[in-house]
Amino acid sequence: MRPGFLAKNPSVIWFLLILAIFTLTITLLSHAYGPGVISTSMVKTLGKTLCLCLIAIAMDLVWGYTGILSLGHFAFFGLGGYMIGMWLMYERTRDIVLASASDFPMTPQELQDAIGSQIFGVVGSSNLPAIWSFAGSLPMQLLLVVLVPGLLALVFGWLAFRSRVAGVYLSILTQAMTLALSLYLFQNESGLRGNNGLSGLQNIPGLSADQDHSSVWFLWASALALALGYLLAAAIVAGKFGSVMRGIRDDEARVRFLGYPVEGFKLFVFALTAVIAAIAGALYYPQAGIINPGEMAPIASIYLAVWVAIGGRGRLYGAVMGAFFVSIVSSWFTGGRVPDVPLGFYTIKWVDWWQVLLGLAFVLVTLLAPKGLSGLVDLIAGLRSPRRGGAPLGPDAGSLQQEEARE
Amino acid sequence: MTIGAGTGTLLEVSGISVSFDGFKAINNLSFNIGPAELRAVIGPNGAGKTTFMDIVTGKTRPDEGTVRWGENYTNLLKRNEAQIARAGIGRKFQRPTVFEDQSVTDNLMMALKAARSPWKVLFWRAGGKDDARVAEIAAQVGLADQLPRKAGELSHGQKQWLEIGMLLAQEPKLLLVDEPAAGMTLAEREATTALLVDLARTRAVVVVEHDMEFVRRLNCRVTVLHEGSVLAEGSLDHVTADKRVIEVYLGR
Repeated sequence: MRPGFLAKNPSVIWFLLILAIFTLTITLLSHAYGPGVISTSMVKTLGKTLCLCLIAIAMDLVWGYTGILSLGHFAFFGLGGYMIGMWLMYERTRDIVLASASDFPMTPQELQDAIGSQIFGVVGSSNLPAIWSFAGSLPMQLLLVVLVPGLLALVFGWLAFRSRVAGVYLSILTQAMTLALSLYLFQNESGLRGNNGLSGLQNIPGLSADQDHSSVWFLWASALALALGYLLAAAIVAGKFGSVMRGIRDDEARVRFLGYPVEGFKLFVFALTAVIAAIAGALYYPQAGIINPGEMAPIASIYLAVWVAIGGRGRLYGAVMGAFFVSIVSSWFTGGRVPDVPLGFYTIKWVDWWQVLLGLAFVLVTLLAPKGLSGLVDLIAGLRSPRRGGAPLGPDAGSLQQEEARE
Repeated sequence: MTIGAGTGTLLEVSGISVSFDGFKAINNLSFNIGPAELRAVIGPNGAGKTTFMDIVTGKTRPDEGTVRWGENYTNLLKRNEAQIARAGIGRKFQRPTVFEDQSVTDNLMMALKAARSPWKVLFWRAGGKDDARVAEIAAQVGLADQLPRKAGELSHGQKQWLEIGMLLAQEPKLLLVDEPAAGMTLAEREATTALLVDLARTRAVVVVEHDMEFVRRLNCRVTVLHEGSVLAEGSLDHVTADKRVIEVYLGR
């Protein structure tokens, strides 16, 4: 009787299919597994883009579905990157230290000190801070990828939602959070190498494969994470939980009067999406090779909102389309490969003007096409929402206007 | 009359007052209703009808007074909106507030009595019983053939019905209904009257209404509010004969 999850959500199958074809195509065109039409750096860019699509899904859940305009989710993304980066850097440094001192046996303490001075020499220190206690253990750092951003989101969300901070005030608060975190990490005393950040993350310890291969593997991992993230998000929004999320977005008070603990739901969504963002970050930064506190600057989280808005919020594939399209176009424009436009009196340099173009696109989409890029999918699928002109259907004319609305 | 546990009072509001920026919206108001009673609350604009509902449902905290609920004589002032709703108080707003972006089915499913905590909701799946219950409620409010439609596409009257359907799905012990007949056609009004009278057989129903004709058809006890307190209480004929009520309604 009841149609299955996939039957009710045909977009999920389409999404997974397109993602699989995309990943397969890139793989077969890469240096490692094909003729090398797509350069390794391009494979990395595409792999990173898939991670951005994953955090866009998180943003769509929290903003597009629940109506919480969080402008701080890149803080969780960055924290996830830092957590995995600590292990990558520690292990690699350990391997280097051991290799260079292979003739002399070292005590564990000497080894620890050597690693410390290697990593922290750049900020004039040689001691490994306490937060690096677990850096030698991959399982522990993987756990921290989820735990640290998750707990931060829980504490922050609990404080904010409990006091019923909502709307623009909440957005400002999340901006403050990501700014504070970024400023804190900029300090050398934070124990994460200050503004140097963590580097050399593209080298995976214990992996003898070259970058050509490992970049494709990371592409696969990113695609898998995106697929799982999409499935999870689609399953959540398809059920009653999704109904409640959209209810909170459209009329929070009404949801309360139905007996739902709105704050609990918000906190749940906020923390869950923080964890998704962190996982995306943990996959992103090994491909980027470097992470520094600048990545958590407030503007990054604002871009995230722009992607989701341009893609079309309130739809998972909209968020993915927005993040993919905008970040690919963005890296094309800012990559310096787009020819300048000489106007005689002025030369348009796209590196500078791309931001203006993006801002304009954001404004236009918000005003003219609230469904964003995903509206194109409607166009193809032949779906059209009725023209209502924003006016509520009146008590008597309602049945008449309804006929029009049905067209 | 003694009030409290076991005396058949479902909701006891006593001596509540609340002021907004110096304006006394509710002034020493007391109100009781039994477990299966229909009551109309009338009063001119600004009499405090909506504020009264806000206080009972936890949206507004009174400056003084008590609100007690049910057999256990629970203090509702210590509960938030969601907890009060879960305790069994349902509310219908003046303007129909349904979730326009969602289907009629989804609206009703969300309202259906079930666990409300995030984890429970996350793993909740509609069973055959839930489908049957939704279909039954939809039939009861005349929306049986509208289930897959988006609530936003419904006519004004249908939205009112959907909201009433959502209230039924919540299975509240007390229903607070704010101007149910607003924007309804004559036939719809009659159907609404019948439904409210029927509901009051098994639970308490408080109807806030402007329309005297509508109140007359409800044929129940009437509480008249004025300037934040109870002006008169009794049958409609009794209160409309009251000089002070006439004065308030017709002006001095």
